[in-house]
Amino acid sequence: MFSDILISGLVNSGVYALLALGFSLIFGVARIVNIAHTAFYMLAAYALYGLMVIGGMPLLLAIPLAVVAVVALSLVCYKLVIEPVRQHESAVLIATIALALIFQESLLVAFGGSFRGIPNAVEGVTSIIGVRVSYQRLIVLAVVAVTLVATWYLLNRTRLGLAIRTAANDQEIANLMGINVSRVAMYTIGISVALAAIAGVVVAPVFVVDPLMWLSPLVTMLAIVVLGGLGSLKGSVIGAFIIGYVEAITVFVVPSGSYLKGAVALSIMIVVLLFRPEGLFGVVFEEER
Amino acid sequence: MKGLLALPQWLWAQLRHEVLVLPSRSFVFFAALLLLLLPLAYDDPYVLRIITMTAIFAIFAASWDLLAGFTGQVNFGHALFFGIGAYTSALLSHHLGWVPWFTVPVGAVMAMAAGFLVGIPCLRLRGSYLSLATLAFPLILTGLLFAFPNFSGGELGISGLRRIVNGTVGNYYVAVVLMLALCFGMWKIGDSNTGLIFHAIREDEVACRASGINTTRYKLLAFALSGLFAGVSGALYAHFLRVAGPSSLEVALSFQVVIWGIFGGIATIYGSVLAVFLLYPLTEILASFDIFKEIRLLIFAVIVLLVLLFMPQGLTPWIRDKIEVVCPRCKNRNVFHRHQCRLCGAELR
Repeated sequence: MFSDILISGLVNSGVYALLALGFSLIFGVARIVNIAHTAFYMLAAYALYGLMVIGGMPLLLAIPLAVVAVVALSLVCYKLVIEPVRQHESAVLIATIALALIFQESLLVAFGGSFRGIPNAVEGVTSIIGVRVSYQRLIVLAVVAVTLVATWYLLNRTRLGLAIRTAANDQEIANLMGINVSRVAMYTIGISVALAAIAGVVVAPVFVVDPLMWLSPLVTMLAIVVLGGLGSLKGSVIGAFIIGYVEAITVFVVPSGSYLKGAVALSIMIVVLLFRPEGLFGVVFEEER
Repeated sequence: MKGLLALPQWLWAQLRHEVLVLPSRSFVFFAALLLLLLPLAYDDPYVLRIITMTAIFAIFAASWDLLAGFTGQVNFGHALFFGIGAYTSALLSHHLGWVPWFTVPVGAVMAMAAGFLVGIPCLRLRGSYLSLATLAFPLILTGLLFAFPNFSGGELGISGLRRIVNGTVGNYYVAVVLMLALCFGMWKIGDSNTGLIFHAIREDEVACRASGINTTRYKLLAFALSGLFAGVSGALYAHFLRVAGPSSLEVALSFQVVIWGIFGGIATIYGSVLAVFLLYPLTEILASFDIFKEIRLLIFAVIVLLVLLFMPQGLTPWIRDKIEVVCPRCKNRNVFHRHQCRLCGAELR
């Protein structure tokens, strides 16, 4: 049981980490609480389904195509819907909720409400420390690890990353330093949606795909981001591992745990907030005191 | 004779000087009259049922506005209070056999207690943290309900509840009269001194504390009041549909109320009510056409999005600013075509 928890917690935590990291990036740079974030994750999974199962494309072509399509769609949505109402915080909030609803309903119309499966990229299982793990889960782990490292490199070792971190720290100063903040915001949205889309295409064969699949990771992702501290990238990754393992332990140890896994994870978030209102690694912004 | 006429005279004076002078208030007055008189002229059960549901959700949306719009505690888990109201009254009538006239108030009081309890951890949180953390509460409760299916009915919920009164028209009047009374009550709270303090907490909590106001007490009050009203609507919903299930706690409902509240315009009460009266029947009517049945939520979301692009403040503030002007001296509202303020005589521009 211990090794079951170890492996399944690791896979879930990795996926959560990708989602939470992207959400944190958008919140940090553009101060957008993007409720539609996991809807992009769902869109990517459906794009993969459409390209592979219906279009008959090979996997290696379908994956990049799905990610690029979703990122392009997100930028169009940002330009058309979010940017005109950027000044009004509440309008941005329900604009993202409305976007998520639109995606959900469009998929419902296009593909129907039934669960859809995507064939694994590589069939077969292997055994690690006594647990049977399918190759697909190993691929998920590898992709998550590579993506996390690439994101870390992008943010900490490139000029664009420096600009993103500066804009997240202080928009006005970033502007004064000659950074085009609105363009950096565009890049950030692209990167963050790409992270969500990558998460979507790698888990699509492991989980099933349905038009409501965005809701449950949304709640978990928000819990992780709040737990780790809004806008803190380190916090998001560490929070993802805490919540991922708490869920895995609840499912395997507690009776009727699969019903309670969300409740336990969210209770932990609330307990942490009681002692550290800004989350584990959060910073208190002066203007938001 | 004179005493007999005093009350009607006073009412007429109130109506003339407080209601009919402003187009927005006259609209609300006549809309309320229309709602009360509708079943006398037109008693199609389908329409009455839709309006009953709309009235129940209007109470719910207005209670969100009291907490999120006025006090600025943007609650993403408002379905918690709705669900607690629904489940409490359902459990009481299922296990103990109480009549709805008792279970609805008890459900509301339980939701008020929940509002108070949820308010305590939320005192430490601000802004986006608060919104995202409150999302958790209804989901924790859903998890607990699923874990004890013998007590709560699990995924199916508790069904076969008693109606509050028999007959469509009776239920219609219960819901509509309660909606008008409670929303008027919430609007009065928003207009009172307490409401002013709620506004102040939203605008600048530190300044509010510096003015010697115990903001902790007022925030808890806002949570409890909001829970109370949402609990009433949840309990009414359970007895009207005769079932209390986990759908009354789900994220979609919490988001729905956020959409209603912001779409109508925050910190207005009447805005959220109007938003529900426009949007809820819209989705229901769309559902009755076969071509729109599948895409009704899609149309709903697109309409919300388009309206917001043109009226980012929400629907009612946009309309209100078109038909009324604020007096620069006394801050009271006037019809747009007046040149002098109706109360202080100042020049209006």
